[in-house]
Amino acid sequence: MSALGTVGQDVAAPPPPRRRGRKVVPYVLLLPGLLWLVLFFIVPMIFLFSQSLQQGSLDQGYTMTWHWQTYVDAFQLYWPQFLRSFIYALIATALALLIGYPVAYTIAFKSGRWKNFLLVLVIAPFFTSFLLRTLSWQTILSSNGRVYSFFVKTHLLNLLQAGPYPLVTGNQLLNTPLAVITGLTYNFMPFMVLPLFASLDRIDIRLLEAGADLYGRPWTAFRKVTWPLSLPGVVAGTLLTFIPAAGDYINSKLLGNPNTTMIGQVIDGQFLRVTDYPTAAALSFTLMAAILVLVSIYVWRAGTEELV
Amino acid sequence: MATVTETRPAAPARPAPRPPRKGPLRWVREHIVQIVAFFVFVYMLLPNLLVVVFSFNQPKGKYNYEWEHFSLNAWLHPCAPPGMCSAVKLSLEIGILATILATVLGTLMAFALARYRFAGRAATNLLIFMPMATPEVVMGSSLLTLFVAMSNIISLGATTIFIAHVMFCVSFVVVTVKARIAGLDPRLEQAAMDLYATERQTFMRITLPLVAPGIAAGALLAFSLSFDDFIITNFNSSATSQTFPLFVWGAAQKGTPPQMNVVGTAMFLVSFIIVGIAQLIAWRRRKAKA
Amino acid sequence: MSDPAGARPDVQQDGDLRIVQVTKQFGSFTAVDDLTLTIPQGSFFALLGPSGCGKTTTLRMVAGLEDLTLGQILIGDKDITGTKPYRRPVNTVFQNYALFPHLDIFENVAFGLRRRRQPEVKRRVDEALELVELSHLARRKPAQLSGGQQQRVALARAIVNRPSVLLLDEPLGALDLKLRRQMQIELKRIQTEVGITFVHVTHDQEEAMTMADTIAVMNAGRVEQMGDPATLYENPSTTFVANFLGQSNLIRATVSGTAGDDLLLVASGQKLVLPRSRAATTSDELLVGVRPEKIRVDADGAAATLDGMNVLTGGVVSDTSFTGVSTQYLVRMPWGQELMVFAQNVGVEVLRPGTKVTLSWVPSHTFGLDAAQDAQAGVEIEGEEPAPAVGVGS
Repeated sequence: MSALGTVGQDVAAPPPPRRRGRKVVPYVLLLPGLLWLVLFFIVPMIFLFSQSLQQGSLDQGYTMTWHWQTYVDAFQLYWPQFLRSFIYALIATALALLIGYPVAYTIAFKSGRWKNFLLVLVIAPFFTSFLLRTLSWQTILSSNGRVYSFFVKTHLLNLLQAGPYPLVTGNQLLNTPLAVITGLTYNFMPFMVLPLFASLDRIDIRLLEAGADLYGRPWTAFRKVTWPLSLPGVVAGTLLTFIPAAGDYINSKLLGNPNTTMIGQVIDGQFLRVTDYPTAAALSFTLMAAILVLVSIYVWRAGTEELV
Repeated sequence: MATVTETRPAAPARPAPRPPRKGPLRWVREHIVQIVAFFVFVYMLLPNLLVVVFSFNQPKGKYNYEWEHFSLNAWLHPCAPPGMCSAVKLSLEIGILATILATVLGTLMAFALARYRFAGRAATNLLIFMPMATPEVVMGSSLLTLFVAMSNIISLGATTIFIAHVMFCVSFVVVTVKARIAGLDPRLEQAAMDLYATERQTFMRITLPLVAPGIAAGALLAFSLSFDDFIITNFNSSATSQTFPLFVWGAAQKGTPPQMNVVGTAMFLVSFIIVGIAQLIAWRRRKAKA
Repeated sequence: MSDPAGARPDVQQDGDLRIVQVTKQFGSFTAVDDLTLTIPQGSFFALLGPSGCGKTTTLRMVAGLEDLTLGQILIGDKDITGTKPYRRPVNTVFQNYALFPHLDIFENVAFGLRRRRQPEVKRRVDEALELVELSHLARRKPAQLSGGQQQRVALARAIVNRPSVLLLDEPLGALDLKLRRQMQIELKRIQTEVGITFVHVTHDQEEAMTMADTIAVMNAGRVEQMGDPATLYENPSTTFVANFLGQSNLIRATVSGTAGDDLLLVASGQKLVLPRSRAATTSDELLVGVRPEKIRVDADGAAATLDGMNVLTGGVVSDTSFTGVSTQYLVRMPWGQELMVFAQNVGVEVLRPGTKVTLSWVPSHTFGLDAAQDAQAGVEIEGEEPAPAVGVGS
């Protein structure tokens, strides 16, 4: 009737032997990498912060004086560049989202056999030096080129020069805010497209079919079904685009003019040419803090998911 | 009057109804997404194409922005510009060394994160995520302040570049390898132990071979990040240690020789070949399954 | 221990597999609760139960892939409780086969032999592949094989090592019906030929009854009943076993007296007889059980002599399903319960709903269970897994 058992039924069952030494392993594996990150990421940040509060010069040395005034001075001088950096980054991110979404959508749903090939095309820009690619824009937008003459003929050039914050100045396409934004958007397209694609690709296509079935117009179906489901990808893509774009200065230097200076250029100049380390450090730290705040708000509003 | 029997004339044969003609505007509306995507692709790939094309250019002056005429000169004398080939060499050296170290550190961390439970997981994840989310200007400049403060121990140059590169590559390796490990069925390792393989044998014969593609992908990613890095390298280099991106930056001010485009095109070709091989392997594996 | 007739000389004769007072807890959840089983050497043993009953956990503990909270596992006299899985003479056929995707079939099967540095690898692998009839696929990769072929490779990979115990974790779950039936016969044949102890975990009671010499029915971490298929089926000792294996009618009754070796029972005013040996409890409140196929249903007035049978009158047919092989009736009794009757299709006219009927069966087909148990334990709802018993008091 009940299970057959003949061994030691009156004696309490012994606990099995323990195995030792397992708990240590993850820490040992993590240690080298974590040490490197702490030493060369966290510690420098601390140095950066402390440098921003010091006074002195590169030759005579610095002393820690808790000189908060540096921050005030730096911000008073360079707030236009800060603002400009964030605005340019915002525009570039918005543009990247606008034109990147159709690309991601096409690859996810309308590419069939060509899916892998198209994905390779998306990351193909990375196959060659990004400085060289950005320099190519000088060729594309040059005043002797076809793009320029197209803009002239269609009077788009005049249109872009209008207004209080013109996108184009000096009757040329190169060395203008437009060129800088074009370059920024271009440089970070893959960072926008790939997360968007990953998110769209995961959507069960039957949900989209159900949406098309329920909502008469394709735009409504998109707004109510596709867009919400792709939001994780949108969040990831916009973060991965905005953050580096805000700190970028390559595009501004190569494709812009002195009026398009971004904060990255200022920091670079302060560190490497002017060697005003406290000011430079203050600017750098402020940039990071500002981005951290913006990102935190954004992620908190949009909802956190697995970051790593 | 003769009665004429009127027979109804047979209805003329009507052709089978055809589907409504789609005007060209209708086609555009239905395919608007693909059309936009096409133009965006052009936008994304045009500069690449120009880099390749302009490597065959023979510029008039110092700068290579206008097409003059076709020439193989740059390809035949790739190391003509002073300092360029040594810059490429330095980029390769740092790239390879940084890749090796970043891959090792990153793979170890990926295994720890993917396979073990431990206290401080969230903090570790955050620490790994942060370098990916911090602007390069901030990372580069903070490292500069560190190295300057430690200038009696270490001076700016190839070493500091190497240290910086390892730092920002590790996170990417961790993410890549961790994804691969997470996709590995743990029952395969259990099956191996069930079949008399010790922990070490299981790792060497089952785990590692199956994770290897992820490690390779992480290493490739690290190398391309390192080779192409400008901003962080710019902050942590010296006049004597020029990497290829630094050279290009300087050239943009002083004069852009087409040989730079040769290097760029070579990078492009090598990458394409590697990706092509990977795709070929995957394609052949899919064919064999059928 | 006597040498079983016809045992092959290269099968390890290490003794019975004994699971002794084994408990496994995951945090506060007890998956296996003080389990004690002895699995005879060389037998085909089935661990049968619904999902979540602890059968797979038990299997994994035998394999060494899961630690025990309490208890011991022995093969013969050797305690293997603390031994690592790669040192146990036990091999597993996993539910999803777990074939190594980067090795070809030959290397998959050879894996265990190579790790133990066994001689004559090629001969033994070829032999194993022949046993499962896959010699022609030796150089393919697992991804190129069908589900059924992968399952056979997994079997060959385990058997080639001639373990003392072979564990099979629902190996036929992913196969379609026809293939599953085929593989059931194959597995039984192989086990008989090779003589290794097979421990087969499954939730499919038909599968267990077809293949196993001995079945242990598990529920919520405990063994409900263990024995050969016939005994388990004909004389279940708990409501769970009665409902999980096949189907049962369970009728509440009270003991009113005895007559020799029989118990006299009253169920809602009607008299029934239960042989004392077939009562699983000494309580006076019983659930009288009888299988649907044992019951004979006759329209009122048409019955032949019913002397010596257990008879229930006053039933009305409420549903009739003709399934070809049999007709399944639901008969509503005066006390409200609906009883199931399976009438084999021998040409008798089908009774239509509304017919007043009398039910009868041979008393020795009756079994008696403690009425304190949940009468619905183990009942399988269409498409769902049977509900594990909650709060079974016995």
